[in-house]
Order: sequence, then structure tokens, then C-alpha cells
Amino acid sequence: MRFLLPVLAASVLAGTMLPSRDARADAAANVAGGPITSHDGATLYRQLCQGCHMANAKGAVGAATIPALAGNPKLASGGYPVYVILNGYGAMPWFSGTLDDAQIAALVNYVRTNFGNHYTDGVKPEDVAAVRTPTPEMEK
Amino acid sequence: MSDLPNVPQTRRQLLMRIGAAAGSVAMYQAMTRLGHAAGTDFRGPPALTGTRKGSTVLVLGAGLAGMLAAYELRKAGYTVRILEYQNRSGGRNFTLRGGDTLAELGGAVQHVQFARGNYINPGPWRIPYHHQAILHYCKQFGVALEPFIEVNHNSLLHSSTTFGGVPQRYRDYMSDFTGYTAELLGKAIRQDKLDQPIGPDEKRDLLAAMHGWGLLDKNGNYVSSVSASFRRGFDKPLGGGPDGAPIPSKPLPRSDIMKSGLWEWLSFNMNYEMQTTMFQPVGGMDMIGKGFAKQVGDLVTHNVKVTKIHQDAGGVTVSFEDMGKNNAVSEAKADWCVCTIPLSVLSQIDIQVNPAMKAAIGAVPYASSVKVGLEFKRRFWEQDEQIYGGISFTDQPISQISYPSTGYFSDGRSVLLGGYMFGNAAYAFAGMTPEERVQAALDQGSKLHKQYRDEFLNGVGVAWSRMPWTLGCCGTWNEESRRTHYKALTEIDNRIVLAGEHASYVGCWQEGALLSSLSAITRLHQRAIGAA
Ligand SMILES: Cc1cc2nc3c(=O)[nH]c(=O)nc-3n(C[C@H](O)[C@H](O)[C@H](O)COP(=O)(O)OP(=O)(O)OC[C@H]3O[C@@H](n4cnc5c(N)ncnc54)[C@H](O)[C@@H]3O)c2cc1C
Ligand code: HEC
Repeated sequence: MRFLLPVLAASVLAGTMLPSRDARADAAANVAGGPITSHDGATLYRQLCQGCHMANAKGAVGAATIPALAGNPKLASGGYPVYVILNGYGAMPWFSGTLDDAQIAALVNYVRTNFGNHYTDGVKPEDVAAVRTPTPEMEK
Repeated sequence: MSDLPNVPQTRRQLLMRIGAAAGSVAMYQAMTRLGHAAGTDFRGPPALTGTRKGSTVLVLGAGLAGMLAAYELRKAGYTVRILEYQNRSGGRNFTLRGGDTLAELGGAVQHVQFARGNYINPGPWRIPYHHQAILHYCKQFGVALEPFIEVNHNSLLHSSTTFGGVPQRYRDYMSDFTGYTAELLGKAIRQDKLDQPIGPDEKRDLLAAMHGWGLLDKNGNYVSSVSASFRRGFDKPLGGGPDGAPIPSKPLPRSDIMKSGLWEWLSFNMNYEMQTTMFQPVGGMDMIGKGFAKQVGDLVTHNVKVTKIHQDAGGVTVSFEDMGKNNAVSEAKADWCVCTIPLSVLSQIDIQVNPAMKAAIGAVPYASSVKVGLEFKRRFWEQDEQIYGGISFTDQPISQISYPSTGYFSDGRSVLLGGYMFGNAAYAFAGMTPEERVQAALDQGSKLHKQYRDEFLNGVGVAWSRMPWTLGCCGTWNEESRRTHYKALTEIDNRIVLAGEHASYVGCWQEGALLSSLSAITRLHQRAIGAA
């Protein structure tokens, strides 16, 4: 966003040196914490997902619902969570700019084989690459 | 001084020159551009006249957007009712004080233990001077404002990996970054090593600027000097009497200055929306929500969860669950509806609007943010370190520490903002228990202030993705979604119009909530009286 982050120069000059970050009005730049480097599904779930879907993946209900991933029949197809994680929808953020193909595959495989889910057909990084579209450009 | 370029002209001189050269239209345009007539897009409160007798409006959500809509529409002659999910008005505009409890999704409940008078603003906390709509209504509703300190040259900038992890004074970093940059540029200019030829006049002007801006010595070097120390401070400060002479300070190593990337925070504070003067309400940000609620509180039904929004040629029907009555379902009807429910929630509600608006409602993911408030036994940042307000920045997940912009020099307990984060850091903190958030903020903050552990009393950690009524901080637009969806989101669909920060270009500011509300009700009124 034009009025937000001080990052135009950074992205031009530093290229990949600085992690990509979300831009928003009342936000200080988002370098803090650094990029996500783990390729372990459980770690990624804890770092990125449980803040919303909860540690037990049971989700929660308020004015709207954060769906449970535990025992969620929509996870029967591995392609569905891959798509959701890449693109987001509603209050669910997109992670295409944050996670690489292997990280998303590890995450999906973790979620689909834990929390009472027993789907054995693993997702491979190539499956993620096949459906990845360019990360949306944040407003400057 | 004679070899210095022209002293920059005053703005008035410049304007006179433009005016003389190009006539008064150019003069006006130049004036606006220079900021005399500019602010946000606020043109004063709306003048809504000719309302049809008996017209009714349902407003969904009692945040600032909803309450402003209700205030102006009632004034214009509409009968208004507001439906609000929470047991209080204000929405994201709220403040936590001692005795408050905060429940989050997942079940954790925090009991705030701050001393009387201490508070933290978990959401909005500062208002730029050019946000003229919010400032206008603060004045109108009697909300007292005081300065919010954004930039404090004595605050800290911290990089875990440079300067041996030792935090540096903002002032020192700023001086040295500027000085070294000017030195390098000056050398390139003098040696004609710019990849673009510049004329002799410009060369002289640029060199003069590098010297004055960077505080370079006569050889064009940035070195320890009295003049540089008048920017970055002295090693031995100026004093009185025989030993009063100061000792200049020494610049930090250039490679660390550049490698640290800390210039990013200088740049952040140069942002239009972070520039001085900024304001905060005296006593907590929720003074604004309370000021609005004083005007329209009698119109609000609290504790009701809107679940369905339907419309037909005759009017709008809104279904809601009454949470005080075992979620009993009721209906409310009106001629018109202003819906300010955040899109994160609205995207899950059965709302009868055209497919383009429906698609837009689902296309705006919400950012996550976490704030941590920490109460300490005393204002050690003031007493030990002379930090009065402002923000220290760090590359650790907590990102920043903000010191209270009020109550300076007071004894006793005080609360600071011990972390304010977005993105990956916010996701990680949201996934912790509230106690873990506070502990993590203490661990990381200790790297900036060694007093943290000894002086700590209690804390609160607020994760916006776990707020039951917004599931996030604010809407995040990107270029593609703005192009595809913004128009459809903001246009009236028959009897329903959306408002809120998400329906503005001033996203994630209260100003955006108000501007979108004023735009929505002005257009809705035109339609209601048959003029549009
Ligand atoms: C961390 C953070 C920092 C910020 N910093 C600043 C800042 O420094 N300065 C600034 O000006 N702005 C800041 N903002 C932005 C500002 O808070 C918002 O832009 C503004 O408060 C939004 O107002 P609104 O009326 O659009 O929405 P809200 O205030 O969210 O109002 C929407 C209302 O709808 C209600 N609701 C939700 N679901 C339902 C339902 N199903 N039925 C009935 N009611 C429902 C909610 O309870 C809420 O009261 C910040 C926001 C956050 C989160
Ligand atoms: C900011 C909160 C938030 C975060 C963080 C988040 N999600 Fe979600 N997620 C949601 C919400 C809310 C929905 C439902 C959106 C809707 O229905 O409008 C959702 C939906 C989903 C769905 C679809 C479920 C269904 O039943 O259709 C999957 C799968 C999912 N999320 C996985 C993840 C994973 C994996 C992560 C971590 C990388 C993650 N989410 C992080 C909030 C979040």
C-alpha cells in the first residue's frame, strides 16, 4: 500500500535479502521474526496455523467460524488444502508468498495425518507447484 | 557561507513565484499539493436533506463506521436501529484497563491487572494530524486529544545480528547512516562517478547539501566532530563550570550501520501516516468509541449475532440470534441497511446481494496482528534512560516497544506496549497461550532493557485473529483484488450498502471507517429520496 511500509526501496535494492512482508496501514515493517524456514509440518502448523485453527485443530466459533481441521471431510482430497493455503479465502490468509512448495506439502501431509485424520495419499511438492499462481502484489 | 547554494526559499516565496508565472489555478493546485488545503478526503459532515417521513435503516455493527452512520442518518430524519454482536459499542476501537476481562476464541480468558489509570490500546492507538474526519468528530463529541509520540530520537534500534546485538540510540544510528551516505555520495559526485552527467551548478548544490545534511568535515568525511555530536550527542555531555567542555562522540562502524538494515525504521517514521503531529485520546482510545456511543447508544441492541441479511422490493430483513436469550432467533426489518460487519465475518453470513458483491466480500483476507501490554513497577525507561514516549524497534518478533505518551515523570506502576507485530510473528504469537505471549515479550524485550525482569508485574497479550467478532486485524487488499472487487464491494446493491475500514482506501485506520461510512450513507440517502 502506498501509505504503508517503507519497503519500496528495500524490495528494489535488496531483492531477496528481505523477506516478503504484508503491507498495511498501521503496521511497522514486517521483517521482524524473519522468514519461515522450517520444513517440518508440525512446526509449520504451530508457527502459522494454530493461532486460528487452535492447537488441537478443532477451530472455534464466534461471530464467524474458524473451521476445524480435525476430522474435516474436506481434507479427503489433498488438493483442497493446498489450494486454500496458497490462495486463502474469507478470513483465511494466503501463504503463497510465505511458504515454498515443499513447506506446503509438509504442512498438508501433517494436517491430513494428524488430529484424527488418516489420509495416506501424501501430497508432493510437485503437486503444489502445479497449482501455484503468482503471489498477489500488495498495494504500494 | 557564500559558496553555499541558495538557501531554500520559503514556501510563500515559492507560491508567489508560481502564482505570478501561471495564474491562480496553478497557485491553488500548488497550495493543495504543498498541503495547505489537503487532508484525507473529508469534506465536512454530510448535509442530508429531504428525507422521506418514516424511512427506516438497520445498521449492522456498532464500530465507528456503524455509529457514525447511525448518528448522521438519525440527524437527517431516519429511524435507526443498530445490531451489535458484542456487549459494548466501539468495535475495534477499545482499551483494556485493570479489572477488564478479555475472552478469545479457543477459550482463554485474560484478567487485566493494571493499576488504576493504566491502560493499553490493543487496536487503534494513534491518529495522524491529516485524518481530518476522525479529528472532526473527536472535537464535535468532546473527546480530548493529546500528542502521541511516534519519533523519539533517544529510543532504541536493535538488530540481533549487528553491533554485537547491542541496541543503538535512534539518534546515533540516524546521524551515522546519514553521515556515511552523504560521504559516499559526496565522493562519487566529486569524482564525477555518477552514471549521469550533472552540470557544474548542480554539482555545487549537491556537494553543499551532502556537507550540510551529512555533517561532513572539510574534506568531505564523516568523522567524530563537534558538529556531528550536536546531532548524535556527546560522549561527555555539555556542562557548566571549568569542566563543562564536552567530548565529541564517535560514529559507529560504517559496515554495521549499512548491514543492520535499521534504516528501515527511519524510513518507516518518514511515512506520511507516521509523521508528526500524531494524537491519541486522553485516557485511552476507547474514549472515541464512548464519545460516539454517547450520541447513538440508545439505538444499539447489544449481544445479537446477525446471521442472515435478505432484501426484496419492500425492504431488508435481518435475522439475528439473541445471545442473551439462548440464541433465540429474531428478525428486524427496515427500508435500508448499512452493513459494517468486517468481511472476515460477513463472508460467512447469508447475505442476499448480487454475485459481484458476494464475490468481493469473500476476496479480502484479514491480516493478523498481536499486541502485548506489560505493566512494570516504575517507569525505568524514563528514570534510567530518559526515554519519554516514542517507539524502539527490534528485528525480534515483538518488532517494537512503545513507551506511554502520557503521564511522564509519574511515580508508580506504568504500562508499555511490549510488542506489536504482524505477519509471521503475529501468527506465531497468536498460537501461544496468553501467558506464553507475555513471557516471550519479556524475553525479547530484555534484550533492549535489562530492567525488564526485575521490574515486571503483569501483562496481557491480544491476538486479533482470535477476536471472536473480527477474526483478524484488518482487510488486506492487493492490486488484483482492488481492481477486480473494490467497486462491487462499495456500490449500493438495491437496499444494502457496505461500510467499514475495508470499504476504503485508508485501510486499517479509523479514518477509513469514517470516510467509507460517510460515502455510504450519502449515496444511500440519494437513492432513498429518489435522486439516484
Ligand atoms: C492492531 C490494530 C491497530 C490499529 N491501529 C490503528 C491506529 O493506530 N489508528 C487508527 O486510526 N486505526 C487503527 N486501526 C484500525 C481501526 O481500528 C479500524 O479501521 C476501525 O476501528 C474499524 O472500524 P469499523 O467500524 O470499520 O469496524 P469495527 O470497529 O470492527 O466494527 C464492526 C462491528 O461489527 C460487529 N460485528 C461483527 N460481527 C457481527 C455480527 N455477526 N452481528 C452483529 N455485529 C457484528 C463487531 O463486534 C464490531 O463491533 C488498528 C486496528 C488494529 C486491529
Ligand atoms: C488468521 C486466521 C487463520 C490462519 C492463520 C489460518 N487459517 Fe485456515 N482458515 C481460517 C478461516 C476463518 C477459515 C474459513 C474461511 C471461511 O469459511 O470463510 C479457514 C479455512 C481453512 C481451510 C478450509 C477448511 C474447510 O473446511 O473448508 C483449511 C484447509 C485451512 N484453513 C488450513 C489452514 C492452514 C494449514 C493454516 C496454516 C498455514 C491456516 N489455515 C492458517 C483462518 C485461518
